[in-house]
Amino acid sequence: MGKIYLDSNATTPVRPEVVEKMLPFFSDKYGNASSVHSFGREARKHLEGARKQVAGLVNAASPDEIVFTSGGTEADNLAIKGTARALKDKGAHIITSSVEHNAVLNTCKYLEGQGYRVTYLGVDESGIIDLEELESSISADTILVSIMAANNETGTLMPVADIGKIAAEKGVVFHTDAVQIAGKMPFDVEKAGAQLVSLSAHKINGPKGIGALYMKKGTKLESCQHGGHHEKKRRAGTEDVPGIVGFGEACRIAAERGPEEYGHVKRLRDRLYQRIRTEIKQTRLNGHPEKRLPNTVNVSFKYIEGESIILNLDLEGIAVSTGSACTSGSLEPSHVLQSMKVEPMFLQGSVRFSLGVFNTEKDIDHVMEKLPPIVKRLREMSPVYEPEG
Amino acid sequence: MEEYTDKVMEHFRNPRNVGEMKDPSGRGKIGNPVCGDIMELFIKVDEQGTITDAKFRTFGCGAAIASSSVMTEMIKGMAVEEAAKLKNEAVIKALGGLPPVKVHCSVLAEEALKKAIDDYYARVKKGDGF
Repeated sequence: MGKIYLDSNATTPVRPEVVEKMLPFFSDKYGNASSVHSFGREARKHLEGARKQVAGLVNAASPDEIVFTSGGTEADNLAIKGTARALKDKGAHIITSSVEHNAVLNTCKYLEGQGYRVTYLGVDESGIIDLEELESSISADTILVSIMAANNETGTLMPVADIGKIAAEKGVVFHTDAVQIAGKMPFDVEKAGAQLVSLSAHKINGPKGIGALYMKKGTKLESCQHGGHHEKKRRAGTEDVPGIVGFGEACRIAAERGPEEYGHVKRLRDRLYQRIRTEIKQTRLNGHPEKRLPNTVNVSFKYIEGESIILNLDLEGIAVSTGSACTSGSLEPSHVLQSMKVEPMFLQGSVRFSLGVFNTEKDIDHVMEKLPPIVKRLREMSPVYEPEG
Repeated sequence: MEEYTDKVMEHFRNPRNVGEMKDPSGRGKIGNPVCGDIMELFIKVDEQGTITDAKFRTFGCGAAIASSSVMTEMIKGMAVEEAAKLKNEAVIKALGGLPPVKVHCSVLAEEALKKAIDDYYARVKKGDGF
Protein backbone atom coordinates (compact mmCIF):
# COMPACT_ATOMS: atom_id res chain seq x y z
CA MET A 1 0.00 0.00 0.00
CA GLY A 2 1.46 3.36 -0.99
CA LYS A 3 1.27 6.59 0.95
CA ILE A 4 -2.08 8.04 1.95
CA TYR A 5 -2.44 11.80 2.14
CA LEU A 6 -5.16 13.12 4.43
CA ASP A 7 -3.79 16.60 5.05
CA SER A 8 -5.46 18.55 2.23
CA ASN A 9 -6.17 21.55 4.43
CA ALA A 10 -2.40 21.97 4.71
CA THR A 11 -1.89 21.74 0.96
CA THR A 12 -2.91 19.68 -2.06
CA PRO A 13 -1.15 18.15 -5.07
CA VAL A 14 -1.36 20.21 -8.25
CA ARG A 15 -3.70 18.58 -10.75
CA PRO A 16 -1.93 17.23 -13.84
CA GLU A 17 -4.18 19.39 -16.06
CA VAL A 18 -3.09 22.44 -14.10
CA VAL A 19 0.60 21.59 -14.50
CA GLU A 20 0.01 21.12 -18.24
CA LYS A 21 -1.57 24.55 -18.51
CA MET A 22 1.29 26.20 -16.63
CA LEU A 23 4.23 24.69 -18.51
CA PRO A 24 4.21 26.80 -21.71
CA PHE A 25 4.58 29.91 -19.58
CA PHE A 26 7.96 28.88 -18.26
CA SER A 27 9.90 28.49 -21.48
CA ASP A 28 7.66 29.48 -24.40
CA LYS A 29 5.26 32.21 -23.43
CA TYR A 30 7.60 33.71 -20.86
CA GLY A 31 7.02 37.37 -21.58
CA ASN A 32 6.49 39.98 -18.90
CA ALA A 33 2.76 40.65 -19.01
CA SER A 34 3.41 44.40 -18.85
CA SER A 35 5.63 44.46 -21.94
CA VAL A 36 4.35 46.19 -25.06
CA HIS A 37 5.66 43.61 -27.54
CA SER A 38 4.09 40.34 -28.60
CA PHE A 39 5.73 38.33 -25.82
CA GLY A 40 4.10 40.62 -23.28
CA ARG A 41 0.74 40.69 -25.03
CA GLU A 42 0.62 36.90 -25.15
CA ALA A 43 1.33 36.63 -21.43
CA ARG A 44 -1.17 39.39 -20.69
CA LYS A 45 -3.90 37.62 -22.63
CA HIS A 46 -3.59 34.46 -20.60
CA LEU A 47 -3.20 36.33 -17.34
CA GLU A 48 -6.48 38.12 -17.89
CA GLY A 49 -8.11 34.87 -18.95
CA ALA A 50 -7.07 33.34 -15.64
CA ARG A 51 -8.40 36.36 -13.80
CA LYS A 52 -11.81 35.71 -15.32
CA GLN A 53 -11.64 32.10 -14.16
CA VAL A 54 -10.86 33.07 -10.56
CA ALA A 55 -13.62 35.69 -10.62
CA GLY A 56 -15.98 33.07 -11.97
CA LEU A 57 -15.39 30.65 -9.09
CA VAL A 58 -16.57 33.18 -6.51
CA ASN A 59 -19.13 35.04 -8.66
CA ALA A 60 -17.33 38.37 -8.59
CA ALA A 61 -19.18 41.02 -10.60
CA SER A 62 -16.05 41.79 -12.60
CA PRO A 63 -12.62 40.20 -13.11
CA ASP A 64 -11.16 43.61 -12.17
CA GLU A 65 -12.15 42.84 -8.63
CA ILE A 66 -9.51 40.08 -8.43
CA VAL A 67 -6.03 41.17 -7.24
CA PHE A 68 -3.38 38.47 -7.54
CA THR A 69 -1.08 37.96 -4.56
CA SER A 70 1.56 35.46 -3.45
CA GLY A 71 -1.06 33.48 -1.56
CA GLY A 72 -3.71 33.57 1.14
CA THR A 73 -1.39 35.05 3.75
CA GLU A 74 -0.53 38.04 1.60
CA ALA A 75 -4.20 38.51 0.73
CA ASP A 76 -5.05 38.57 4.46
CA ASN A 77 -2.27 41.07 5.12
CA LEU A 78 -3.37 43.28 2.25
CA ALA A 79 -7.02 43.18 3.24
CA ILE A 80 -6.45 43.99 6.90
CA LYS A 81 -3.48 46.35 6.82
CA GLY A 82 -4.73 47.94 3.62
CA THR A 83 -8.13 48.72 5.14
CA ALA A 84 -6.70 49.81 8.48
CA ARG A 85 -4.40 52.30 6.80
CA ALA A 86 -6.91 53.53 4.23
CA LEU A 87 -9.58 54.17 6.87
CA LYS A 88 -7.43 55.38 9.75
CA ASP A 89 -9.15 58.76 9.72
CA LYS A 90 -12.48 57.05 10.11
CA GLY A 91 -11.56 54.85 13.09
CA ALA A 92 -9.09 52.47 14.65
CA HIS A 93 -11.13 49.49 15.83
CA ILE A 94 -11.01 46.08 14.17
CA ILE A 95 -13.11 43.04 15.05
CA THR A 96 -11.98 39.51 14.31
CA SER A 97 -12.40 36.07 15.89
CA SER A 98 -10.14 34.05 18.18
CA VAL A 99 -10.06 31.10 15.77
CA GLU A 100 -8.64 32.86 12.71
CA HIS A 101 -5.59 31.64 10.88
CA ASN A 102 -2.32 33.15 12.13
CA ALA A 103 -2.13 35.23 8.96
CA VAL A 104 -5.13 37.19 10.26
CA LEU A 105 -4.37 37.01 13.99
CA ASN A 106 -0.75 38.09 13.75
CA THR A 107 -1.60 40.87 11.31
CA CYS A 108 -4.13 42.13 13.85
CA LYS A 109 -1.56 41.82 16.64
CA TYR A 110 0.86 43.83 14.53
CA LEU A 111 -1.76 46.56 14.06
CA GLU A 112 -2.37 46.62 17.82
CA GLY A 113 1.26 47.57 18.14
CA GLN A 114 0.60 50.35 15.68
CA GLY A 115 -2.14 51.86 17.80
CA TYR A 116 -5.23 50.05 16.53
CA ARG A 117 -7.67 48.39 18.91
CA VAL A 118 -8.69 44.81 18.15
CA THR A 119 -11.58 42.76 19.51
CA TYR A 120 -11.11 38.99 19.28
CA LEU A 121 -14.59 37.46 19.43
CA GLY A 122 -14.86 34.18 21.29
CA VAL A 123 -16.57 31.11 19.87
CA ASP A 124 -18.91 28.45 21.19
CA GLU A 125 -17.87 24.84 21.60
CA SER A 126 -18.37 24.07 17.91
CA GLY A 127 -16.25 27.08 16.93
CA ILE A 128 -18.87 29.61 15.82
CA ILE A 129 -19.03 33.27 16.87
CA ASP A 130 -22.07 34.79 18.51
CA LEU A 131 -23.77 37.16 16.07
CA GLU A 132 -25.23 39.28 18.86
CA GLU A 133 -21.82 39.68 20.39
CA LEU A 134 -20.48 40.78 17.00
CA GLU A 135 -23.25 43.33 16.59
CA SER A 136 -22.77 44.80 20.05
CA SER A 137 -18.99 44.98 19.56
CA ILE A 138 -19.35 47.33 16.60
CA SER A 139 -18.90 50.99 17.51
CA ALA A 140 -18.49 54.25 15.64
CA ASP A 141 -14.76 53.60 15.76
CA THR A 142 -14.99 50.22 13.99
CA ILE A 143 -13.54 50.13 10.49
CA LEU A 144 -13.24 46.42 9.73
CA VAL A 145 -14.70 43.04 10.57
CA SER A 146 -12.51 40.12 9.54
CA ILE A 147 -13.96 36.65 10.09
CA MET A 148 -13.05 33.49 8.23
CA ALA A 149 -15.56 31.58 6.16
CA ALA A 150 -14.31 28.12 7.17
CA ASN A 151 -11.84 27.07 9.82
CA ASN A 152 -8.71 25.25 8.67
CA GLU A 153 -8.40 23.04 11.76
CA THR A 154 -11.99 21.94 12.34
CA GLY A 155 -13.68 22.79 9.06
CA THR A 156 -16.43 24.65 10.95
CA LEU A 157 -18.31 27.18 8.81
CA MET A 158 -18.98 30.68 10.09
CA PRO A 159 -22.37 32.32 9.29
CA VAL A 160 -20.79 34.54 6.66
CA ALA A 161 -23.99 35.91 5.09
CA ASP A 162 -25.31 36.94 8.51
CA ILE A 163 -22.00 38.58 9.39
CA GLY A 164 -22.09 40.42 6.05
CA LYS A 165 -25.57 41.72 6.78
CA ILE A 166 -24.60 43.03 10.20
CA ALA A 167 -21.47 44.69 8.85
CA ALA A 168 -23.45 46.29 6.02
CA GLU A 169 -26.12 47.60 8.40
CA LYS A 170 -23.42 49.25 10.47
CA GLY A 171 -21.46 50.50 7.50
CA VAL A 172 -18.35 48.51 8.35
CA VAL A 173 -16.09 46.80 5.81
CA PHE A 174 -16.28 43.00 5.94
CA HIS A 175 -13.30 40.82 5.04
CA THR A 176 -13.46 37.06 5.06
CA ASP A 177 -10.61 34.59 4.72
CA ALA A 178 -12.17 32.09 2.31
CA VAL A 179 -8.94 30.20 1.66
CA GLN A 180 -10.32 26.89 2.95
CA ILE A 181 -13.79 27.09 1.41
CA ALA A 182 -13.59 28.55 -2.11
CA GLY A 183 -13.33 25.63 -4.48
CA LYS A 184 -14.45 23.03 -1.92
CA MET A 185 -17.97 24.35 -1.46
CA PRO A 186 -19.99 26.93 -3.39
CA PHE A 187 -18.85 30.36 -2.25
CA ASP A 188 -20.41 33.54 -3.62
CA VAL A 189 -18.93 36.91 -2.68
CA GLU A 190 -22.26 38.64 -3.31
CA LYS A 191 -24.19 36.27 -1.08
CA ALA A 192 -21.46 36.56 1.55
CA GLY A 193 -21.83 40.32 1.55
CA ALA A 194 -18.06 40.67 1.82
CA GLN A 195 -16.07 43.53 0.32
CA LEU A 196 -12.78 41.67 0.71
CA VAL A 197 -12.17 37.93 0.30
CA SER A 198 -8.88 36.01 0.57
CA LEU A 199 -8.29 33.09 -1.81
CA SER A 200 -5.48 30.58 -2.25
CA ALA A 201 -4.48 28.27 -5.11
CA HIS A 202 -2.64 25.51 -3.32
CA LYS A 203 -5.67 24.46 -1.26
CA ILE A 204 -7.59 23.53 -4.40
CA ASN A 205 -5.03 21.57 -6.41
CA GLY A 206 -3.32 24.66 -7.77
CA PRO A 207 0.31 25.72 -7.29
CA LYS A 208 1.79 27.15 -4.12
CA GLY A 209 2.86 30.79 -4.10
CA ILE A 210 -0.26 32.27 -5.67
CA GLY A 211 -3.53 33.55 -4.31
CA ALA A 212 -5.86 36.50 -4.68
CA LEU A 213 -7.74 39.15 -2.82
CA TYR A 214 -11.24 39.84 -4.09
CA MET A 215 -11.88 43.55 -3.69
CA LYS A 216 -15.41 44.74 -4.34
CA LYS A 217 -15.46 47.76 -6.61
CA GLY A 218 -15.37 50.95 -4.55
CA THR A 219 -13.57 49.38 -1.57
CA LYS A 220 -10.85 51.62 -0.18
CA LEU A 221 -7.54 49.90 0.32
CA GLU A 222 -3.97 51.07 0.77
CA SER A 223 -1.43 49.01 -1.10
CA CYS A 224 1.06 47.02 0.97
CA GLN A 225 3.55 46.32 -1.76
CA HIS A 226 4.78 49.36 -3.67
CA GLY A 227 6.56 49.47 -6.99
CA GLY A 228 5.19 49.27 -10.51
CA HIS A 229 1.57 49.84 -11.44
CA HIS A 230 0.63 46.18 -11.52
CA GLU A 231 -2.87 44.98 -10.58
CA LYS A 232 -4.15 48.53 -11.13
CA LYS A 233 -1.67 49.87 -8.55
CA ARG A 234 -3.09 47.63 -5.86
CA ARG A 235 -0.18 45.19 -5.72
CA ALA A 236 3.15 45.85 -7.38
CA GLY A 237 5.40 43.15 -8.80
CA THR A 238 5.89 41.35 -12.06
CA GLU A 239 3.06 38.91 -12.31
CA ASP A 240 3.72 35.20 -11.75
CA VAL A 241 2.05 34.25 -15.02
CA PRO A 242 2.59 30.48 -14.75
CA GLY A 243 1.21 30.55 -11.20
CA ILE A 244 -1.72 32.73 -12.17
CA VAL A 245 -2.57 30.55 -15.15
CA GLY A 246 -2.40 27.51 -12.86
CA PHE A 247 -4.63 29.20 -10.30
CA GLY A 248 -7.15 30.09 -12.99
CA GLU A 249 -7.25 26.56 -14.31
CA ALA A 250 -7.63 25.15 -10.78
CA CYS A 251 -10.58 27.49 -10.23
CA ARG A 252 -12.15 26.56 -13.56
CA ILE A 253 -11.92 22.86 -12.71
CA ALA A 254 -13.21 23.43 -9.18
CA ALA A 255 -16.23 25.32 -10.52
CA GLU A 256 -16.94 22.62 -13.06
CA ARG A 257 -16.23 19.44 -11.08
CA GLY A 258 -16.42 20.69 -7.51
CA PRO A 259 -19.96 19.63 -6.63
CA GLU A 260 -19.42 16.09 -7.89
CA GLU A 261 -15.91 15.69 -6.54
CA TYR A 262 -16.67 17.08 -3.12
CA GLY A 263 -19.87 15.05 -2.93
CA HIS A 264 -17.60 12.04 -3.19
CA VAL A 265 -15.08 13.50 -0.71
CA LYS A 266 -17.87 14.12 1.78
CA ARG A 267 -19.05 10.53 1.55
CA LEU A 268 -15.51 9.31 2.22
CA ARG A 269 -15.11 11.73 5.11
CA ASP A 270 -18.41 10.69 6.66
CA ARG A 271 -17.48 7.04 6.28
CA LEU A 272 -14.13 7.64 7.99
CA TYR A 273 -15.75 9.45 10.89
CA GLN A 274 -18.52 6.88 11.25
CA ARG A 275 -15.96 4.10 11.48
CA ILE A 276 -13.84 6.01 13.99
CA ARG A 277 -16.88 6.66 16.15
CA THR A 278 -18.02 3.06 16.15
CA GLU A 279 -14.67 1.28 16.26
CA ILE A 280 -12.75 3.43 18.74
CA LYS A 281 -14.07 4.39 22.16
CA GLN A 282 -13.69 7.70 23.99
CA THR A 283 -13.33 10.00 21.01
CA ARG A 284 -14.71 13.48 20.48
CA LEU A 285 -15.56 15.45 17.36
CA ASN A 286 -14.00 18.91 17.35
CA GLY A 287 -16.16 21.20 15.26
CA HIS A 288 -19.78 21.59 14.26
CA PRO A 289 -21.45 18.27 13.42
CA GLU A 290 -23.12 19.64 10.26
CA LYS A 291 -21.86 23.13 9.44
CA ARG A 292 -18.49 21.96 8.32
CA LEU A 293 -16.35 21.70 5.19
CA PRO A 294 -17.14 18.48 3.31
CA ASN A 295 -13.56 17.19 3.57
CA THR A 296 -12.60 17.81 7.19
CA VAL A 297 -13.00 15.86 10.40
CA ASN A 298 -11.05 16.77 13.52
CA VAL A 299 -11.25 14.05 16.17
CA SER A 300 -9.78 13.84 19.65
CA PHE A 301 -8.66 10.54 21.13
CA LYS A 302 -8.82 10.73 24.90
CA TYR A 303 -5.78 9.89 27.05
CA ILE A 304 -3.17 9.93 24.29
CA GLU A 305 -1.10 12.69 22.68
CA GLY A 306 -1.47 14.00 19.13
CA GLU A 307 2.10 13.92 17.87
CA SER A 308 2.57 10.33 18.97
CA ILE A 309 -0.59 9.43 17.04
CA ILE A 310 0.40 11.18 13.84
CA LEU A 311 3.98 9.94 14.01
CA ASN A 312 2.68 6.38 14.28
CA LEU A 313 0.35 6.99 11.34
CA ASP A 314 3.26 8.49 9.41
CA LEU A 315 5.24 5.29 9.98
CA GLU A 316 2.33 3.54 8.23
CA GLY A 317 2.51 6.00 5.34
CA ILE A 318 -0.56 7.98 6.43
CA ALA A 319 -0.30 11.79 6.55
CA VAL A 320 -2.51 13.82 8.91
CA SER A 321 -1.96 16.68 11.35
CA THR A 322 -2.65 17.50 15.00
CA GLY A 323 -3.44 20.41 17.30
CA SER A 324 -1.28 19.20 20.17
CA ALA A 325 1.22 21.48 21.86
CA CYS A 326 4.21 19.33 21.03
CA THR A 327 3.92 19.95 17.29
CA SER A 328 3.32 23.66 17.25
CA GLY A 329 6.92 24.67 17.74
CA SER A 330 5.74 27.17 20.31
CA LEU A 331 4.66 24.56 22.86
CA GLU A 332 1.18 26.09 22.81
CA PRO A 333 -1.63 23.81 21.71
CA SER A 334 -4.10 24.77 18.98
CA HIS A 335 -5.54 28.22 19.67
CA VAL A 336 -8.67 27.13 17.80
CA LEU A 337 -9.37 24.16 20.07
CA GLN A 338 -8.48 26.23 23.11
CA SER A 339 -11.02 28.88 22.07
CA MET A 340 -13.60 26.11 21.74
CA LYS A 341 -12.73 25.18 25.33
CA VAL A 342 -11.84 21.60 24.45
CA GLU A 343 -10.57 20.05 27.68
CA PRO A 344 -6.82 19.30 27.86
CA MET A 345 -7.09 15.50 27.89
CA PHE A 346 -8.95 15.72 24.55
CA LEU A 347 -7.22 18.78 23.14
CA GLN A 348 -3.74 17.26 23.23
CA GLY A 349 -5.02 14.15 21.48
CA SER A 350 -6.62 15.87 18.49
CA VAL A 351 -6.03 14.69 14.94
CA ARG A 352 -7.18 16.50 11.81
CA PHE A 353 -8.14 14.35 8.83
CA SER A 354 -8.64 16.58 5.78
CA LEU A 355 -9.46 14.68 2.62
CA GLY A 356 -8.88 15.65 -0.99
CA VAL A 357 -10.25 14.88 -4.43
CA PHE A 358 -7.73 12.07 -4.95
CA ASN A 359 -8.60 10.04 -1.85
CA THR A 360 -10.36 6.69 -2.31
CA GLU A 361 -12.36 4.20 -0.28
CA LYS A 362 -9.26 2.02 -0.06
CA ASP A 363 -7.50 4.91 1.69
CA ILE A 364 -10.20 5.01 4.35
CA ASP A 365 -10.16 1.24 4.80
CA HIS A 366 -6.39 1.28 5.21
CA VAL A 367 -6.52 4.08 7.79
CA MET A 368 -9.10 2.15 9.80
CA GLU A 369 -6.88 -0.90 9.68
CA LYS A 370 -3.96 0.99 11.19
CA LEU A 371 -5.54 3.56 13.48
CA PRO A 372 -7.34 1.43 16.10
CA PRO A 373 -4.23 -0.63 17.01
CA ILE A 374 -2.20 2.61 17.27
CA VAL A 375 -4.74 4.12 19.65
CA LYS A 376 -4.84 0.90 21.67
CA ARG A 377 -1.05 0.72 21.98
CA LEU A 378 -0.72 4.36 23.02
CA ARG A 379 -3.51 4.03 25.57
CA GLU A 380 -1.80 1.01 27.10
CA MET A 381 1.29 3.18 27.42
CA SER A 382 -0.61 6.10 28.95
CA PRO A 383 -0.38 6.77 32.70
CA VAL A 384 -3.82 8.38 32.73
CA TYR A 385 -5.84 5.95 30.64
CA GLU A 386 -9.14 4.86 32.14
CA PRO A 387 -11.12 2.40 30.03
CA GLU A 388 -14.83 3.02 29.81
CA GLY A 389 -16.72 1.25 32.57
CA MET B 1 9.06 19.98 12.24
CA GLU B 2 12.66 19.14 12.99
CA GLU B 3 13.89 15.63 12.37
CA TYR B 4 14.07 13.02 15.09
CA THR B 5 17.26 10.93 15.19
CA ASP B 6 17.16 7.25 14.29
CA LYS B 7 17.60 6.39 17.97
CA VAL B 8 14.58 8.45 18.94
CA MET B 9 12.50 6.80 16.23
CA GLU B 10 13.72 3.37 17.31
CA HIS B 11 12.63 3.99 20.91
CA PHE B 12 9.38 5.44 19.65
CA ARG B 13 8.62 2.45 17.46
CA ASN B 14 9.78 -0.11 20.01
CA PRO B 15 9.65 1.43 23.45
CA ARG B 16 11.40 -0.60 26.12
CA ASN B 17 9.92 -1.49 29.51
CA VAL B 18 6.41 -0.16 28.99
CA GLY B 19 3.88 -0.79 31.71
CA GLU B 20 2.94 -0.58 35.34
CA MET B 21 5.09 -2.32 37.93
CA LYS B 22 3.44 -4.33 40.66
CA ASP B 23 5.05 -3.51 44.02
CA PRO B 24 7.62 -0.97 42.82
CA SER B 25 10.37 0.16 45.19
CA GLY B 26 9.80 3.68 44.00
CA ARG B 27 7.32 5.48 41.75
CA GLY B 28 7.41 8.96 40.27
CA LYS B 29 4.76 10.72 38.19
CA ILE B 30 5.31 14.14 36.65
CA GLY B 31 3.68 16.55 34.24
CA ASN B 32 0.08 17.43 33.45
CA PRO B 33 -2.35 17.29 30.50
CA VAL B 34 -2.32 21.07 30.08
CA CYS B 35 1.30 21.05 28.95
CA GLY B 36 0.83 17.81 27.05
CA ASP B 37 3.35 15.56 28.81
CA ILE B 38 2.83 13.10 31.65
CA MET B 39 5.50 10.58 32.61
CA GLU B 40 5.37 7.83 35.19
CA LEU B 41 8.49 5.90 36.17
CA PHE B 42 8.67 2.74 38.34
CA ILE B 43 11.90 1.32 39.79
CA LYS B 44 12.71 -1.94 41.53
CA VAL B 45 15.70 -1.74 43.88
CA ASP B 46 17.40 -4.71 45.56
CA GLU B 47 18.94 -4.89 49.02
CA GLN B 48 22.28 -3.69 47.69
CA GLY B 49 20.66 -0.53 46.44
CA THR B 50 20.89 -1.50 42.77
CA ILE B 51 18.07 -0.78 40.35
CA THR B 52 17.13 -4.19 39.01
CA ASP B 53 14.10 -3.24 36.99
CA ALA B 54 12.45 -0.13 35.59
CA LYS B 55 9.17 0.52 33.79
CA PHE B 56 7.45 3.59 32.38
CA ARG B 57 4.16 4.94 31.13
CA THR B 58 4.00 8.16 29.13
CA PHE B 59 1.37 10.45 27.68
CA GLY B 60 3.35 12.58 25.27
CA CYS B 61 5.00 13.12 21.92
CA GLY B 62 7.68 11.03 20.19
CA ALA B 63 10.49 12.69 22.15
CA ALA B 64 8.67 12.14 25.44
CA ILE B 65 8.15 8.45 24.77
CA ALA B 66 11.73 8.00 23.58
CA SER B 67 13.13 9.90 26.58
CA SER B 68 11.30 7.79 29.13
CA SER B 69 12.05 4.57 27.25
CA VAL B 70 15.80 5.23 27.07
CA MET B 71 15.78 6.36 30.69
CA THR B 72 14.52 2.96 31.85
CA GLU B 73 17.27 1.30 29.80
CA MET B 74 19.97 3.53 31.24
CA ILE B 75 19.16 3.04 34.91
CA LYS B 76 18.83 -0.74 34.96
CA GLY B 77 21.87 -2.10 36.78
CA MET B 78 22.80 1.30 38.26
CA ALA B 79 23.20 1.99 41.93
CA VAL B 80 20.46 4.32 43.12
CA GLU B 81 22.99 7.02 44.14
CA GLU B 82 24.48 6.87 40.64
CA ALA B 83 21.08 7.09 38.97
CA ALA B 84 20.20 10.04 41.20
CA LYS B 85 23.00 12.01 39.53
CA LEU B 86 21.65 11.49 36.00
CA LYS B 87 20.91 14.71 34.17
CA ASN B 88 18.74 15.29 31.09
CA GLU B 89 21.87 15.75 28.97
CA ALA B 90 22.60 12.05 29.47
CA VAL B 91 19.16 11.23 28.05
CA ILE B 92 19.76 13.49 25.06
CA LYS B 93 23.16 11.89 24.50
CA ALA B 94 21.69 8.39 24.68
CA LEU B 95 19.15 9.41 22.03
CA GLY B 96 21.77 10.92 19.77
CA GLY B 97 20.23 14.34 20.17
CA LEU B 98 16.83 16.02 20.45
CA PRO B 99 15.41 19.00 18.54
CA PRO B 100 15.73 22.16 20.71
CA VAL B 101 11.96 22.44 21.23
CA LYS B 102 11.94 18.87 22.57
CA VAL B 103 14.72 19.21 25.12
CA HIS B 104 12.10 19.70 27.82
CA CYS B 105 11.01 16.07 27.31
CA SER B 106 14.42 14.88 28.51
CA VAL B 107 14.14 17.21 31.51
CA LEU B 108 10.81 15.61 32.33
CA ALA B 109 12.43 12.16 32.26
CA GLU B 110 15.14 13.38 34.64
CA GLU B 111 12.49 14.78 36.98
CA ALA B 112 10.37 11.61 36.85
CA LEU B 113 13.43 9.60 37.87
CA LYS B 114 14.19 11.99 40.73
CA LYS B 115 10.65 11.62 41.99
CA ALA B 116 10.84 7.83 41.79
CA ILE B 117 14.14 7.81 43.71
CA ASP B 118 12.82 10.26 46.32
CA ASP B 119 9.81 7.98 46.73
CA TYR B 120 12.13 4.99 47.17
CA TYR B 121 14.18 6.79 49.86
CA ALA B 122 10.98 7.84 51.63
CA ARG B 123 9.74 4.28 51.71
CA VAL B 124 13.12 2.99 52.96
CA LYS B 125 13.04 5.59 55.71
CA LYS B 126 9.52 4.56 56.66
CA GLY B 127 10.73 0.99 56.82
CA ASP B 128 8.58 -0.34 53.98
CA GLY B 129 9.84 -3.83 53.22
CA PHE B 130 10.76 -4.58 49.65
